Amino acid sequence: MYVAVKGGERAIENAHAWLAEERRGDPSVPELSLAQIREQMALAVNRVMAEGSLYDPDLAALAIKQARGDLIEAIFLIRAYRTTLPRLGASVPVETANMRCDRRISATFKDAPGGQVLGPTFDYTHRLLDFKLAAEGEVPAAAKAAAPQSGPVPHITDFLNRDGLIQAEERHDATPPDLTREPLEFPANRALRLQSLTRGDEGFVLGMAYSTQRGYARNHAFVGELRIGRVPVEMEIPELGFSIEIGEVELTECETVNQFAGSKTEPAQFTRGYGLVFGQTERKAISMALVDRALRWRELGEDNLGAPAQDEEFVLSHADNIQATGFLEHIKLPHYVDFQSELELVRRLRAEAEAAAQEAAE
Amino acid sequence: MYRREWMGLLARAPADALDRLWRKLDLAPGYRWLRPPEVGGVMVRGRMGGTGAAFNLGEMTVTRCALALDGGAVGHGYVQGRDKRQAEQAAMVDALMQGDLAARVRAVLLEPLAVQVQAARDARAAKAAATRVEFFTLVRGDD
Repeated sequence: MYVAVKGGERAIENAHAWLAEERRGDPSVPELSLAQIREQMALAVNRVMAEGSLYDPDLAALAIKQARGDLIEAIFLIRAYRTTLPRLGASVPVETANMRCDRRISATFKDAPGGQVLGPTFDYTHRLLDFKLAAEGEVPAAAKAAAPQSGPVPHITDFLNRDGLIQAEERHDATPPDLTREPLEFPANRALRLQSLTRGDEGFVLGMAYSTQRGYARNHAFVGELRIGRVPVEMEIPELGFSIEIGEVELTECETVNQFAGSKTEPAQFTRGYGLVFGQTERKAISMALVDRALRWRELGEDNLGAPAQDEEFVLSHADNIQATGFLEHIKLPHYVDFQSELELVRRLRAEAEAAAQEAAE
Repeated sequence: MYRREWMGLLARAPADALDRLWRKLDLAPGYRWLRPPEVGGVMVRGRMGGTGAAFNLGEMTVTRCALALDGGAVGHGYVQGRDKRQAEQAAMVDALMQGDLAARVRAVLLEPLAVQVQAARDARAAKAAATRVEFFTLVRGDD
């Protein structure tokens, strides 16, 4: 229990003023603009949007600036802002098959229809520090192909699905539960699990995914397809009586093709894991797909091996870095009364022990 | 261009591009608000496996408004982000497209805007296409 105490107003004010000064840093160094953060720290902006659960690059850039680059603090700011927004409605589910892909790779089919498109990736870089970036300089222009990447690219899993080689996803538009409106309860269905994972902490979800690869509920994932690009977002407008595009978002989608299941009555079939995350957030999307797959053990008739990644209560209750931070950091608030009582208890126990030792010695 | 299309274009267009073309159009019709600009969130949904049941992905910011021109035409603006002026201009364009000035609005604003948006898309698609992998198989020698 922590206790409200009064006093310290001036100290708090002064601390905030100092914080503002430290945030600015050396005034002889030019100040960062929000546009600079948005354009040049784009992957940080993407992470803040994904885990802040609000797609708005300018706001995410502001949050990063305000938080001095502490991304979890920035996510906290976005989550707090998000709660002040009136909810205008929900979109029609986005069609990732219509994505205009910047990147699209498959680890399962070399000659995937639509091709392997690398996009602006860190892959194949040597991970050596590039000291040219320390000096200002012109960036060489990206190459452009004569013919642009054409039209929508079909999902890889469609090909497997056509032959019944992979478990089908049943299409329906029932309103999914929303954990920002109703507190998460267990058992959670897959819609809630996916919502929780897509806004979950990247590090935590990555760790959970990695644990499945190392053997804790291993499910032999292949990246069937990873795609990054923009999709239009449509919403039904009641006053118009039809749906319109209200914008577009950049998304990363990962579909894993996993170890097959089969039985005496059903022929063997691959299974799926799914990751879909705001922004270019590849590590997170792959991690999400692996954890989604691990959490599906019950519906796929697999054994619960007692692995952490199979335990939805464990995974979903600890994936949210804002909840975690809130509880973790509250212990630095004044716990004077609690601590006083513990201190007294320890003193008493020690005194009793000393007295007992004395008695035994006599 | 249908109403659905121009509303989508206005929603997605960069605010500064729309503003530049709006100024070029040089119109200042009288109007009254039916709903002054309001910033809100829309829950974006995805589908499991890209094709299956819906789930909630996260929200995006959207600004909307509605106005009625003095002539009576009603315009709706729904734009991505938090720019109230963009929403107002979008609603204005939507209303004007229903009246006598439609041809001019289309020629001066909507068509150039569509060209700009498409050009930005094409430039990105051309860069993506340049990173497409062309596989070739190394032929194993016979001897």
